[in-house]
Amino acid sequence: MDKVFTSGNHCIAEAAIRAGCRCYFGYPITPQNELGEYMAANMRKVGGVFLQSESETAAINMVIGAASVGTRVLTSSSSPGVSLKQEGLSFLSGFEFPAVVVNMMRGGPGLGNIAPAQGDYFQATRGGGHGDYRTPVLAPASVQELADLTVKAFDLADKYRTPILLLGDGMMGQMKEPVVFPEPITGLPEKPWALKGRGDGASRYHASLILDSLEMERHNWKLVRKYREMAEKETLYELYMMEDADFVVVAYGTTARIAKGAIKRARKDGLKVGMVRPITLFPFPDKILQKVARQVKHFLVFEMSTGQMVEDVKMALDGLQTELSFHGRPGGVIPTPIEFSRVIHRYYRRMQK
Amino acid sequence: MELVNKWPKYYKQDVVTHYCPGCGHGIVHRIVAELLEEMDLGKQAYLVCPAGCAVLAYRYFDFDVIESAHGRGTAIATGAKRANPKLFVISYQGDGDLSAIGTAETIHSANRGENICVVFINNAVYGMTGGQMAPTSLIGQSTTTSPAGRNPDVDGYPLHITDVVAEFPGVTYAERVSVATPAGIRKTKKAIRNAFQTQVDGLGYSIVEVLSACPTNWKMDPVTSCKWIEEEMVKEYKPGLLTDKREERRKEKG
Repeated sequence: MDKVFTSGNHCIAEAAIRAGCRCYFGYPITPQNELGEYMAANMRKVGGVFLQSESETAAINMVIGAASVGTRVLTSSSSPGVSLKQEGLSFLSGFEFPAVVVNMMRGGPGLGNIAPAQGDYFQATRGGGHGDYRTPVLAPASVQELADLTVKAFDLADKYRTPILLLGDGMMGQMKEPVVFPEPITGLPEKPWALKGRGDGASRYHASLILDSLEMERHNWKLVRKYREMAEKETLYELYMMEDADFVVVAYGTTARIAKGAIKRARKDGLKVGMVRPITLFPFPDKILQKVARQVKHFLVFEMSTGQMVEDVKMALDGLQTELSFHGRPGGVIPTPIEFSRVIHRYYRRMQK
Repeated sequence: MELVNKWPKYYKQDVVTHYCPGCGHGIVHRIVAELLEEMDLGKQAYLVCPAGCAVLAYRYFDFDVIESAHGRGTAIATGAKRANPKLFVISYQGDGDLSAIGTAETIHSANRGENICVVFINNAVYGMTGGQMAPTSLIGQSTTTSPAGRNPDVDGYPLHITDVVAEFPGVTYAERVSVATPAGIRKTKKAIRNAFQTQVDGLGYSIVEVLSACPTNWKMDPVTSCKWIEEEMVKEYKPGLLTDKREERRKEKG
């Protein structure tokens, strides 16, 4: 398979079509417009549906409709638009319908700006809508990984019957890199729960209203069991230069790429620095952090936010003898490897004292 | 002896209704079930029920049903119909649902001319939440949130959403009917049949607004409720055909 030079937003769209996605509903918002535009140009060629909706709220509800009849379906947006999708994410989770939702994060709160940021981590990983649910989150750090994780997101969504969030940022969406696309899939998994008309069989319904509180409680715990199973089987992370490290950086997505540059610089100066890059943000790779805590003395969390993932790292390290520090650049500021390497040097020196 | 009034095939048996005495939902539910049987559409039917009293419609309908968040019925219907055009898709909605919180979804699904049917129950009040003012409440109508009567100076005017969408080129069939009288019920069935046939023929969006009683929240007995529809509600919401572009659509399609 040949390499293609493509942008992150186009890459997700192409990978989604190859993963058998046949419906796309979305509303324009920067910095992810190229994704919808690619779908507009290409989805109908494969007999699929592209619809520019009147709002993100409408788009996510169209997603519910398409998911309910068993179609692989995608919607995408950026931070303010993803806030509007939270109603639908809550319903998708309650219904247990599979769907993939892309958030190419930008600076916020409010309209914020259109520069890359990681301020939606809490919203993404906690279940940003109402009710007792979570959304599994995949956080790619390269265009190739966007392609691979887009396909994986559809598979996970169908396997666990849950919406999956693909969490990137303006940088991930806009940058171009060479990609090898996966071959188009040939068959979709059976979905016996999908509404296809009763035919000659019994009628079915999907309700998210569960008036009986004991039944609602059972449903809540059922979702939790699903998330626990995913934590066991689907947690993903990357270890970078960890063999001899006594100091570890924890970062995801764009920040992890910048951190790699910083770590290379620090290594040249003789600092034994490595990185754990969470790829699934929920379920969070806490077990590997606990393992790493036996090897390193200091954890340094980098984020393009005021500190959100750092809370998950803290929880993972709860009760363990280790130091934890944080460096964040919110608001759409893109830090440089030089900046990060200086921060690494500072905390590394402190650790050695 | 000949059995003349059969139980509709697509209406579940042995279920006790949760609707109040005199409520119009039961009548319209039965009409929907009867038509799906008569028109042989029950096997591929997909109905979206709203947040509101009819959220429990799946208890009665014996064909595939999904629930919607408040106001999003036609967005879900759009997604389902676009994903699988073989389905016969109905969005069943109330006036708060369709003409307040779901106004954008209503307007744009209609404007796109989605090939779906909307059954719109207008009882001029929020039923399930206990009788609050709706966009459709009449001037002077007393509700729990307009206790002194709806005052246009502060509450605005009754919203004629079906008249609005009937103007759209994408809306093929729109009619307003009432289930307050036996004649009105027969007209309702005829209108919904036309709406259903519009989708079967692939001619686009259809909507039937049904003036329907809510005795509990109107604080009237069922008989007085029906009289109120016939004497008061029809003055604001005049029953009749609002648009019928079926022939035009057929010609366009050749």
